[in-house]
Amino acid sequence: MSNVPADLRYLKSHEWARLEGDGTVTIGISDHAQQALGDLVFVEAPEVGRRVSAGEACAVVESVKAASDIYSPVTGEVIASNVDLGGQPELVNSDPYGAGWIMRVRPEDKAQFSAMLDAKAYQAALAAETH
Amino acid sequence: MHEKLIFEHAAPGRSADAQYPRVPVEATVPTSLLRATPPLLPEVSELQAVRHYTRLSQLNFSIDTHFYPLGSCTMKYNPKACNQYAMLPELLGRHPLAPESTGQGVLQILFELQEMLKEVTGMRGVSLTPMAGAQGEFAGVAMIRAYHRARNDLARTEIIVPDAAHGTNPATATMCGCTVREIPTQSNGDIDLEALKGVVGPHTAGIMLTNPSTIGVFERRIREVAEIVHGAGGLLYYDGANLNAILGKVRPGDMGFDVIHMNLHKTFSTPHGGGGPGSGAVGVSERLLPFLPVPIVGRDGERFRWLDQQDLPQTIGRLSNFMGNTGVLLRAYVYMRMLGRDGMQRVSEFATLNANYLMARLQAAGFEVAYPERRASHEFIVTLRREAREWETNAMDFAKRLLDYGFHAPTTYFPLLVPECLLIEPTETEPKEELDAFVDAMIAIRKEAETEPAKLQGAPWTLPVRRLDDVRAAKQLDLTWKPATA
Repeated sequence: MSNVPADLRYLKSHEWARLEGDGTVTIGISDHAQQALGDLVFVEAPEVGRRVSAGEACAVVESVKAASDIYSPVTGEVIASNVDLGGQPELVNSDPYGAGWIMRVRPEDKAQFSAMLDAKAYQAALAAETH
Repeated sequence: MHEKLIFEHAAPGRSADAQYPRVPVEATVPTSLLRATPPLLPEVSELQAVRHYTRLSQLNFSIDTHFYPLGSCTMKYNPKACNQYAMLPELLGRHPLAPESTGQGVLQILFELQEMLKEVTGMRGVSLTPMAGAQGEFAGVAMIRAYHRARNDLARTEIIVPDAAHGTNPATATMCGCTVREIPTQSNGDIDLEALKGVVGPHTAGIMLTNPSTIGVFERRIREVAEIVHGAGGLLYYDGANLNAILGKVRPGDMGFDVIHMNLHKTFSTPHGGGGPGSGAVGVSERLLPFLPVPIVGRDGERFRWLDQQDLPQTIGRLSNFMGNTGVLLRAYVYMRMLGRDGMQRVSEFATLNANYLMARLQAAGFEVAYPERRASHEFIVTLRREAREWETNAMDFAKRLLDYGFHAPTTYFPLLVPECLLIEPTETEPKEELDAFVDAMIAIRKEAETEPAKLQGAPWTLPVRRLDDVRAAKQLDLTWKPATA
C-alpha cells in the first residue's frame, strides 16, 4: 500500500499540499501517484511569479507511460519551484513528500487549503479507485 | 538472434564497386561544394549489405507476419492489390508539377476519392492534402479558429476535450493556440453532459470528440452533445481515429460534426507503422467549406483542375509542398473501389464482431474488462489491475510476454483512465483461428503469472533484444552512432 502521511492534505487528482509556518503551501504528487506513473523522466514546474488558480493545470510530470497535468489546489502566486527536478525527476519517485516537492504557492485564500481531503478521506478515495 | 550494426560488419577498404556512380563525383560537383572529409559510411561488400538488411527485415513484427492488435491504431491487413495499382508506371512516373492537361487521370482519381470520402462521412467538402493524422487534426482546429475569426467572434479560444478522447486532441488544440478544457467521462463510458453544460459558453471554440471513444464504446448521446455545443456557438470536431468501427453504418456528418479528419492509413488500409507516410484527409460541413486547406481537386465540366488560394480566398492555406501524399491516396482509392459500399459496411461489422468475440472469450477466461456492461466497438480494454496486485505482473509484463508467443502487443497504459490496461483492436481482417490463438496465449501467460511470474517480469526472452531500459533511453537520448575510435 502507498504511503499517505497524516499531516498533509490531498486532492482526488493525487496532489498533496502542506501548510508551512510562513503561510505558504508546498505542493507535490502523492506516493500513490508516483507509483502509478512509474519512473519519471521529466517534470515541468511553473515559473516563479506566475499566478495560478485553484484547479488550474500548472505543472506536468512525464513518465515512460504517460504525461499528466498537476493541478494547483489553491489560488495564489508561485513563490518557488523545485529546480532540482530538472536534472533529477526521479526525486519524485524516491521521495515524493520530501525532495520531490514540485512548487510552493502563497495562497490568497487559506480556506481552499482547508477544503482539501485529509489523509483519511484521501485513503478512502484511493480504496474506492482501486477496489 | 542478434544482428550487429552494419558498421560492425565493416573492414577498412572493403567496398561494392558495382554501386559506385559511373561518373566521378569530382566531375559533376563544383570543387567548392565537395566535402573535405569523406562521409562516414560502412565499408562492406554488396553481399554483406544485402544479408544485413534482409536479416533485419526478417526481425520485423509486421501485419504481414504477426497478429497486431495495437488498439486505436487499426493495424489491418493492407491488400497487395492496392500496392500493385498504385505502382502502375503511369502513376509512379507522374511529376507533381506536371501540367493539369497531362494528368487528368490522376486528378480524376483524387476527385473521386474526395467524393467517396464525402459520401462515407456525410460531410460537404474534403481536402486530401494533410500529410498525416496529426496534420489533419491541426487543419481541423485551424479551420474552426478561422471560422470564428471570420465572424469576428474573437473570444472563442477554448477547446473542450473529454478525458476519453484520443491523446493527440489536447496537443492539437494547444498547437492551434487554444486553451484546453477537459471534461470527465461517466462510469458507463458516456460523456458527462452536466459537466459539458458547465463549461460551454462564449469562449467555446469547439469540442474534439472521438466516437467511438478511446475506451472503445459509442457515445450514445452524441446528438445532445451536438445540441449543447452548437447552442453555445461552438463547433464539433470528429477525430477519425476510430472511424473503422462505424464505416458505412453511421456518418459523422449526420451526428452533427462540423469537421472530421480521417486516417486513411487506418480505416482505408494504407500502410503504416514505422513512421508513415500517412494521410490525414479532412472533411467539413457547409459552414467550414471556405476554409479547407488547399489544393483541392475541382471539376469544370469534363475537366479536372487544382483549386488553390484564388478559388478559396479564406483557406487556411497550404500544409505542405505539392498535393498531399499521393502514393498513399492512390492506395486508399483502390481499397475503397475494391470494397464498394457493401464492402465498407462489412469492414465495420467484422471489426466489431471480432472485437466482441475476443472480449467475450477473454472475459470467459477470467480477464477483467473495463466497461463490461457496454458492447465493444472495434476495440476494448482489459485491465490487469488484479494480476498486478496479486502476482506483481503488470500490463507491461503481459505485453512483453506476448512477444515471446509471437503476437504484437496491444496498446498499453492507454487510455489513462483505466489502470494497468491493454487496449485491444483485432480489426476485421483477422480470421477466428488467429483470435483463438491469441486468447490461448493470454490464458497461458496468465497461468505463468500465477505460477512463475519471473517469466513475465523478464520477458521478452526470445527476441534479439531483451527488456529495454526505457527510462534510461528517455533520459539519455543517444541517436547517432559513432565509431569508438573517432
